[in-house]
Amino acid sequence: MTGHRTDPPRPEDRGGGAPALLPSLLEDSAEDLYENAPCGYLSTLLNGQIAKINTTLLKWLGYAREELVGLRTFSDLLTAGGRLYHETHFAPLLTMQGAIGGVALELRAADGTRLPVLVTSTVKCGADGRPQLIRTTVFDASDRRAYERELLRARREAEVERERLQRLFATLQRSLLPPSLPAVPGLEAAAYYHIASRDRVSGDFYDVFQLTADRWGFFLGDVCGKGAAAAAVTSLIRYTLRAAAVYDFDPVTVLDTLNTALHRESHGDDPRFCTVIFGILTPDGDGFSVTLASGGHPPCLLLRADGAAEYQTTPDGLLVGVFPGATFTARRIRLAPGDTLLLYTDGLTEARTAAGSTPDGRYGEPALRAFAARLAPAGAAGIIAALAVLLDGFGDGLGDDAAALALGVPSPRARGALTG
Amino acid sequence: MGRSGVSTRNHVKVTGREDGPTVMLAHGFGCDQNMWRLVAPALARDFRVVTFDHVGSGRSDLSAWEAERYAALDGYADDVLRICRELDLPEVVFVGHSVSAMIGVLAAIREPDRFAKLVLLVPSPCYIDDEGYRGGFSRADIEELLESLDSNYLGWSAAMAPVIMGNPDRPELGEELTNSFCRTDPEIARAFARVTFLTDHRADLAKVGVPTLVVDCLQDVIAPPEVGAFVRDQIPGSRLVTLPATGHCPQLSAPEATIEAIASFAAHR
Repeated sequence: MTGHRTDPPRPEDRGGGAPALLPSLLEDSAEDLYENAPCGYLSTLLNGQIAKINTTLLKWLGYAREELVGLRTFSDLLTAGGRLYHETHFAPLLTMQGAIGGVALELRAADGTRLPVLVTSTVKCGADGRPQLIRTTVFDASDRRAYERELLRARREAEVERERLQRLFATLQRSLLPPSLPAVPGLEAAAYYHIASRDRVSGDFYDVFQLTADRWGFFLGDVCGKGAAAAAVTSLIRYTLRAAAVYDFDPVTVLDTLNTALHRESHGDDPRFCTVIFGILTPDGDGFSVTLASGGHPPCLLLRADGAAEYQTTPDGLLVGVFPGATFTARRIRLAPGDTLLLYTDGLTEARTAAGSTPDGRYGEPALRAFAARLAPAGAAGIIAALAVLLDGFGDGLGDDAAALALGVPSPRARGALTG
Repeated sequence: MGRSGVSTRNHVKVTGREDGPTVMLAHGFGCDQNMWRLVAPALARDFRVVTFDHVGSGRSDLSAWEAERYAALDGYADDVLRICRELDLPEVVFVGHSVSAMIGVLAAIREPDRFAKLVLLVPSPCYIDDEGYRGGFSRADIEELLESLDSNYLGWSAAMAPVIMGNPDRPELGEELTNSFCRTDPEIARAFARVTFLTDHRADLAKVGVPTLVVDCLQDVIAPPEVGAFVRDQIPGSRLVTLPATGHCPQLSAPEATIEAIASFAAHR
């Protein structure tokens, strides 16, 4: 409708001077309206027997009145599946509610063809309030049904596509993470990974890999963004870090190389950067020596054999890939027997929880440190298991992806237990 | 699955005489325990009446529904036994409507001591026609039913899910909605339809060792008269009563006759 409006002609405007005819008089027969209404009418007794049916419905179905009235039931007109639906849903609801509307059924015409209809029924009660008969209106719904079928088909297709996509994401995700952590003699390593949504690829990543006979590299980080673009950047980061570490064991040089690579790949509207901690592990007496550098990543936590838990901050260390001349600084840590180093992404500390330690209700670094202090001393597997329980308890509060990597030197007692 | 309690899981309601014999009313495929609304109050005068919603129906805990568990009637029978155990119900007179008749049969075979009697209201151990057996339907008919379910559940997820999941932000939706007695998640409805109409439990009937009353209707397009007679013939010592009723839900279409049939059999020692 547009804003244009035409006034209906007034009776006296009509030519010929004939007596004015009220439009309502054109529809002067209730009987004719019933018989030839643009919808089907049907009245049935409480046992379903057809008591009255209008001409429109008879025409649609191709039956003569005397073939149906007093002889057949409403149920007889339905397909077998429709009859089941009628008996298990329609009839009970009609009895309980006295009315039911907009039910989709199919009627069987005399020639076997099917007529999709929308059915509305009400129970007519007598003066004593007891149900007497059922009045039913039947609308031709062929077009609507075709449309709905298309909707259903599209929905099923969308569901199948979504599953396919989720499988693809899961495969892609697996390809970005080590299938298992390598065995490092004298070191216990464990990792945790939580993906917030099955509908996209996470931007968190980690790895542990061997460089020489007695040297291992490890990293854990978080790519800016999520999804396919983040997956591509993660892939770039992984092979750059692994390749750079082969040529130079200095974490600062490795992060410099990554910074250059990411910055070169970065375009104005497609920034590519990440936060990451990269480190080198070398055996050192009864423990390990760790050299690590951070590029804008939350500090790792060191759980000491004596029960202490402290963040290991690194000076400098900006986001990797943003500034061409970013500088990184390395830090050395010694892992003695019983010590464990925990790296994590901010999905963990940013989770919303009642147990939070920040003013805006996030879990926060203070709470994580307290959590670690309660655990310490603890082995890598033990810490990761406890973290998994903790994160599970966050429920919906854990809105983002989260990853954690623990590297620990088993204490002599634990080692004895492992080997003995 | 925790023991979160059957009262929430199955929305169990206990009414009637505390010291009376226990009558447990189990609804069939399609609706929920509201199906017993014309029958339960009368039975409550003499009996302790237990009604519940099968998991996936009515106001049961939809999150407790698992495709695997409810892919066979045994999952539902297991729930019935669990309700009996948790409420410590002894000598239960189990009244099962439609598919719940077979659920009762399975439960009574597993723990016969739990049940005093079985009332099978319009039962059918097998809806699909087979050689020498008329169940009344073909596989294609059941596929048609699934289609009917689909077309009548269009838009369900959007409109109904917040209500059934108890969305706290939209309390105005909490009120009882039209047709809500017979609505549930479409996926669950499909699964329940399949397990109801496509399983064959004819061989289980002979294993029933509990006194059983079979009740059918004069005219029922879902459970034709020969099916009622078949069930009577297969369950040792069972009796068949045919109610002067039409349709598949005599507890709604002929409540007085249904009450009479249940009460006289349940009270009879």
